[in-house]
Amino acid sequence: MAPDDIIKPNKPAANGNHVNRVSARLKEHIVEIISDSGEGAQKCGQSFGSIVARMGHGVWTVEIIPAEIRPPARSVAGASGNRIRIGEKRVTNGGNETDLVVAFNEQVLLGRVRSNELKQGCTILLESMWRDDPNLSIRSSYVETYKQLVAAGYRVYEIPMEEECHKHVTDSRRGKNMFALGMLCSCYSLDLQVARDQVALTFGKKSEKVINTNIELLEAGFAWAEANLDFRYEIPSSKTTEPQIVVNGNTALALGVLASGMEICAMYPITPATSASHYLSDAFEKVGGVVHQAEDEIAACAFAIGASYAGKCTVTITSGPGYSLKQEAIGLAVMGEIPLVVVNVMRGGPSTGQPTKTEQGDLMTTIFGSHGDAPKVVIAPGTIEECFYSVITARKIAETFNMVVVILSDANLATSQAPFTRPSFDEAWLAPPIDQSAVPAGAKPYDWDPKTGLARRFIPGQPGGMHTLTGLAHDVNSHVAYDPEINQQGMRARSLKLAALQKTLLPPTVFGDPTGDLLVIGWGSTKGAIEEAVEEFREEGKRISSLHLTFIQPMPPGIKEILAGFKKIITIENNWSDDPNDEIIDETNRRYSALAMLLRSRYLFDIDCWSECRGTPLKPNTVRRVILEALS
Amino acid sequence: MKVATQTISASECLLRMYDEHHEIEDYQKGVPRWCTGCGDNAILTAVQRLCRDEGLLPEKTVFVSGIGCSSRLPHYMNTYGFHGIHGRALPVAEGAKLARPDLDVFVNTGDGDCCSIGAAHWIHAVRYNMDLTMMLHDNQIYGLTKKQASPTSPIGTKSNTTPRGSYLEALNPLTVTLGISNVSFVAQVVDWIPEVLYQVISAAFHHKGFSFIRIVQRCPEWLPKQMDPWMHDPQRVLLLHHENGLEISPALAKVYTKMEEHDPANMNRAREIASSDDPIPVGILYRDDDIPCYEDVRHDSRLRTAEMVKNGLNAELDKFTVWPEGATHA
Ligand SMILES: Cc1ncc(C[n+]2csc(CCOP(=O)(O)OP(=O)(O)O)c2C)c(N)n1
Ligand code: SF4
Ligand SMILES: [Mg+2]
Repeated sequence: MAPDDIIKPNKPAANGNHVNRVSARLKEHIVEIISDSGEGAQKCGQSFGSIVARMGHGVWTVEIIPAEIRPPARSVAGASGNRIRIGEKRVTNGGNETDLVVAFNEQVLLGRVRSNELKQGCTILLESMWRDDPNLSIRSSYVETYKQLVAAGYRVYEIPMEEECHKHVTDSRRGKNMFALGMLCSCYSLDLQVARDQVALTFGKKSEKVINTNIELLEAGFAWAEANLDFRYEIPSSKTTEPQIVVNGNTALALGVLASGMEICAMYPITPATSASHYLSDAFEKVGGVVHQAEDEIAACAFAIGASYAGKCTVTITSGPGYSLKQEAIGLAVMGEIPLVVVNVMRGGPSTGQPTKTEQGDLMTTIFGSHGDAPKVVIAPGTIEECFYSVITARKIAETFNMVVVILSDANLATSQAPFTRPSFDEAWLAPPIDQSAVPAGAKPYDWDPKTGLARRFIPGQPGGMHTLTGLAHDVNSHVAYDPEINQQGMRARSLKLAALQKTLLPPTVFGDPTGDLLVIGWGSTKGAIEEAVEEFREEGKRISSLHLTFIQPMPPGIKEILAGFKKIITIENNWSDDPNDEIIDETNRRYSALAMLLRSRYLFDIDCWSECRGTPLKPNTVRRVILEALS
Repeated sequence: MKVATQTISASECLLRMYDEHHEIEDYQKGVPRWCTGCGDNAILTAVQRLCRDEGLLPEKTVFVSGIGCSSRLPHYMNTYGFHGIHGRALPVAEGAKLARPDLDVFVNTGDGDCCSIGAAHWIHAVRYNMDLTMMLHDNQIYGLTKKQASPTSPIGTKSNTTPRGSYLEALNPLTVTLGISNVSFVAQVVDWIPEVLYQVISAAFHHKGFSFIRIVQRCPEWLPKQMDPWMHDPQRVLLLHHENGLEISPALAKVYTKMEEHDPANMNRAREIASSDDPIPVGILYRDDDIPCYEDVRHDSRLRTAEMVKNGLNAELDKFTVWPEGATHA
């Protein structure tokens, strides 16, 4: 935490006069860089994140994305940029409020202040050019905001970024971000050479001239901060011995697709899932493979099913509205027992909802979605690293059990970046070759094993395996059947496969002691925030533990025993649940969060829940507050 | 990993095709459950004949359908079949063909299945131009769901949802298809002239690209007299023939005297012919053999070995790797 007392509020000294810089050692800090979209704050933030990672710090970066592609310049809702949390140890989530902001104008800054994303009294490095803007209303808006912020206790440094950049380039819209990057490198005592290397890498595809100009701006920002800023932070780093990769959750998913050996992805563009397919399209050019942009999500899902049916297990990647459209086709894959991997990068719902915001609102839809009983496997990666491995696991399960496997990621994981140990390729990840051997005489296409429900699948091309796969109720020969007994038999087989898979799963591990006063249960992207808060309580000697579920359907064995070890249990989720304190809410009408509902019905424990749908990633502080309330 | 899409070699495959003499029974399965006199029976017979005559390997042949009376066809073929969901036969077939260009893929769909619920896929399938043979069983009614008006029902058609007659002009599947970019094969046939039905399906099968065949199909159950005027009066059928289209047998020419020599390369004339339904044009309206197929455009000739995936993945990971010591890796 910022030892605020050592840093005195100060205006930067005039250019050239070196100020006395007070250096503070921190365990962690959260930095934001924001601008109008198109001014390069995103690139600055990403580069800063990479430099920090290279220096051996723990880091978690999150994109700040305006809902519109080109919001008007200088608008409160238009903030675009990055939020970077730096720590001395591994960072598992975006953390709490921001400690230091670089803002290219005061309006985008106001947006962040109003959404309560900034820490009270945090440090602000603000572009000062607006003070002299020819437009009176801009001038006065700037001055007014500046005064308000200072009065509210923010430590605002006015910085002539535009003016300084003009010493190096004519168009400061290109380059101010690198100047800002240089300042940040100085503020956090980062190695300028590592920063230079990173800039060269960031602009690797551009000409040498472009790279050199950007490095020049980086150095200028660095030098300016060294000469004019009166503070500096040092965050200890712990160098890792293993190579790390730094990607966001969507890129991790796409890399997982490559690593799983899948070579077809059928999709239709939708935020926040699309970037996975963008990346995959590019990567497939090198490895071989096809991203098929279908005419809609129904077609994308049906296309994936056709390809899977023909022997190449296929993935379809989407988000809420697209996931809804796929439901009927998903039911077909369940009925026909066609392996299929579906990725749902969840966003705010219902309907078009909040396209760029994060939410965990699709769990029930995923488990129970598609009409009738349509058992499918549901897994939810809790970290960016798990996004990568979940695809490999999903493809394996899909093909072993001839099932639909849905991966639930969300906008939080999709747009966050954090380092994880570089995966080392294992040939066992890949799909086996398509079986084209002749089917033994007398073998049936749905010869369901009476114990596990599993049946060997016949793939087109296999002599002797001819049958017509159908979405209608069918018997072991895939003949349409209306016999009540046969329908019962098919339903049983498709359901038993979940139990068969469940038998292969290991009990989940409790974070903390196996018994205690409170167990917090979560799933998906909230893992880091929940564990961070729980860890803090444990350091304070509280008997609190947490449990994070990756397999949600089927749930692994051993959960009941874990639940039995705690006095109180609560789920914390990023979705809707009624507030029991609302006037007309009581036990007869209270709607619980999705995971709480599932756990309550399965284990018959009185599990409480707390959730919110604010579209922002869960903060450790929020978890802390909820836990304190739960304990009281 | 060697992606073996075949365990028998191509030459063996050819040998099998020529050595194994196939009977029509080899492609038959079960007893069709269509009403007597249903035009679907004629279509089934024609495709079974085609499979036999072409010596198609049953295991390398896939019939994909949606939902409807017509979509039951794959169940009666002793090949691989995929009887999916209403309207979505085309994208399923496209996925299968992209994954496995070595398969011969046919699509059977109804006028509700294709022209209503699946209309988006129809338009895009034409544009993708994958090497698929599609048969639109157009009975101008929803058969399976018991007589509701379909998009191709002529205006005034009495049905359970239009008791006083349907309100809208019928959609013309031929003109629609001819208006889509990349259209490469459009034909029309009627179920009651088996010889031409067979010839057209065969030409469609041999066409490399997406072949669209509208088959005017009788539904004696719901629209018993609908086609009678055309069936009973050969003058109300316009036979299209050309050296690049159909060759009309002398026997047929005796009955169907109304003929036009139409070059399937002539799009303007094709559109004119398509616009008229009386006399009903029968034959190949349009064909362009030079439109690239989506599966060829997207095809990657490299063999995707484990080594290649490994190297590719590692090259991608390199882009994002932070090496120990904070140094840039060479
Ligand atoms: C999503 C969905 N909506 C509706 C249906 C009901 N349905 C089944 S077949 C059909 C129409 C069949 O008409 P057509 O495609 O012309 O085929 P035909 O039976 O005439 O051959 C309908 C509406 C369905 N199966 N699925
Ligand atoms: S209802 Fe019509 S289309 Fe369906 S089987 Fe009977 S005759 Fe054929
Ligand atoms: Mg019909």
